[in-house]
Amino acid sequence: MNAYGRQLFTALRFLLCATLLLGLAYPVLIFGLGQVVAPAQANGSILTVGDKAAGSSLLAQPVTGTAYFFPRPSAVGWDPATSSATNLGPNQTALEEAIATNRAEVAAREKAAPGDVPIDAVTASGSGLDPDISPAYATLQVPRVAAANGLSEAAVRELVSQNTSTGVNAFLGQPSVNTTTLNAALTGVQKTATGLRE
Amino acid sequence: MDLSIFSLATQLAVLIVVLAALHQPLGKYLANTFTSHKHLAVESGLYKLSGVDPQADQHWKVYLRSLLAFSIVSIVVLFLGQLLQGILPFNQGLGAVDPWVAMNTAVSFVTNTNWQTYVPETTLGFGIQMMLLAVQNFLSAAVGLAVVVALIRGFTRAQTSNLGNFWVDLTRGTLRVLLPLAVIGAVVLMITGVIQNWGGTSIHTLVTGAQQTVPGGPVASQEAIKLLGTNGGGYFNANSAHPFENPTAFSSLFQVFLILVIPFSLPAMYGRMVGDKRQGYTVLTVMVAFWLASTTLMAWAIAAFNGNGTSVGEGFEQRLGVAPSALFATATTLTSTGAVNVAHDSLPPLAGGLAMLNMMLGEIAPGGVGSGLYGMLILAVVAVFIGGLMVGRTPEFLGKKIGAPQMKLVALYILVTPTLVLLGTAITVAIPSLAAAAPAEGPHGFSEILYAFTSAANNNGSAFGGITSAGPGLATMLALAMLIGRFLPIALVLALAGSLAKQRKIPATTGTLATHGPLFAVLLGGISLILTALTYFPALALGPAAEGLLK
Repeated sequence: MNAYGRQLFTALRFLLCATLLLGLAYPVLIFGLGQVVAPAQANGSILTVGDKAAGSSLLAQPVTGTAYFFPRPSAVGWDPATSSATNLGPNQTALEEAIATNRAEVAAREKAAPGDVPIDAVTASGSGLDPDISPAYATLQVPRVAAANGLSEAAVRELVSQNTSTGVNAFLGQPSVNTTTLNAALTGVQKTATGLRE
Repeated sequence: MDLSIFSLATQLAVLIVVLAALHQPLGKYLANTFTSHKHLAVESGLYKLSGVDPQADQHWKVYLRSLLAFSIVSIVVLFLGQLLQGILPFNQGLGAVDPWVAMNTAVSFVTNTNWQTYVPETTLGFGIQMMLLAVQNFLSAAVGLAVVVALIRGFTRAQTSNLGNFWVDLTRGTLRVLLPLAVIGAVVLMITGVIQNWGGTSIHTLVTGAQQTVPGGPVASQEAIKLLGTNGGGYFNANSAHPFENPTAFSSLFQVFLILVIPFSLPAMYGRMVGDKRQGYTVLTVMVAFWLASTTLMAWAIAAFNGNGTSVGEGFEQRLGVAPSALFATATTLTSTGAVNVAHDSLPPLAGGLAMLNMMLGEIAPGGVGSGLYGMLILAVVAVFIGGLMVGRTPEFLGKKIGAPQMKLVALYILVTPTLVLLGTAITVAIPSLAAAAPAEGPHGFSEILYAFTSAANNNGSAFGGITSAGPGLATMLALAMLIGRFLPIALVLALAGSLAKQRKIPATTGTLATHGPLFAVLLGGISLILTALTYFPALALGPAAEGLLK
């Protein structure tokens, strides 16, 4: 075998050994550490409603009807089987049209003036799975959600504030309302308020 | 969404304090790693199993040949692994990857680019992701480290053509530097909410009664090295915008830290290895200046955007916010990372243009793991040469003469990437069937193509995601850009290192141009800017600048 052949063979052996270490032992080690240090997070921050697993609190959930808070628009229909942005350029007409359509839709749904619809309500997130909305968009949805669930607006506003980010994350980023945990909390209230929901 | 300047300033301050505290200790550790004569037991075992003689001191050509052999084997293994996914373990029921996509992906991960022409969720199972891709995340970064260490040895050694041992440098960079840091990084990321499980996907009935698939996978282990190794290939399609990769604003800041920590510590390693810490500080100062200036400009470009009377929103994550995205978009394009936490395609035109400019600068501030510093040192050679012309003396750098043979190599190095970027873009634009891959009308379509080749040739890997690069034409052209953009510069750097090592050391005299201090820092920064601006300004004018001025 010449020098080149020997080098290639060495490289192959090296790669195989490295794969066992970095491709197998390392992820297994991290898995083990995760199960000790942060099992809930490592397993997907799964939300339980009653005794049942009901999705991940980190992922947006699709909403229809009037009883729940809507997340932001999504390029993938809120389906985590994949994830994507729309990847539309800032000046593209397709983006302008999408924003106009979303704005009209949200304004009609919330019975609000189109000018009052916040930007996050009409733009798709980068992942298509962002569960969070701005406090302004949550506030816009409060009257509809309260009416649909037979709750007072004050009670719903209270739930919103309980599901608004605070502390480090709100400071580093921006205050946001997690619609997934908010809707789950809403389910709990609906159950105690018997007869208010068909 | 509005950019909070206060929040951005705080995050920059936190990063500066933490990085300032870490760069000397980590730089010292790195220098010790690559100068130590001791082998760890696990390293000796690895050398034995792979048939490496760790004592061998390699001629620069042998060093290069080992590096190329390792990269070729890695590309072939990655390519075949993807084609055989259907019969390999942990495939989640996913079958063979399309050969063009597999080829592009193999090249992409071995060249530390991590351009992703595939949708991971529907293309690759756990097995390929953790056993092939994540392994290259470690090794391709360690290759970059090895090359810069070899270049530094070129300066420190005299009257030899030997630059050390590639296998030893590769092993040490991986096992002593990247692996321990990745373990720490992965644990922190898991605490913030990044997943690490073997759950595959599970279907949940949601509170609204609808059904949803929740994905699983070994994400945290891959995420940590994706950032530390300035790789950038996401476990999920949305990359660091995905809630399972980057759950909170804090995790986003931590990810930026992971991207920057090694590249910003390398100047300290360099200073120690050449026995003059001031050399390291000078290079570091230029890197930091570019990073701060670019972050500020990015924040301005995003904050000032006013499209149809609205602020930014499209492609941004509400849960992360605007300031973290400005910080991330800058760090990822100033290094060779290419991970994204905001859809770059939807960034305001000037912000998208700035992301391109960051890459066009050659990813030197602080640049990819290893590649950033060797890129900067090449520019330093240019600065020394021009400085030498100005004072009328034979240019010297760290006691080595910079003569015609050295300058030829350096000039070639500087020409490689722009040639690939501009030629690739020009060919794509000229051929309608290729140009159709970028569907956006007007200058934005051009920007998408320019971004793709800039990203590929600079081994960045981020994209204006609207472009479709899976077809044979673009997949091949981008793969060539990645391949040549990675290995031709590396070959030139090693050749330069060899030619420097061969010289005897000339003692510095009072007439020697000092390669440390504010004067040289300004010269180095100015030359980096001028070279980039002259090369790329026309292309930028046709794309992002035109787009920004049209509206």
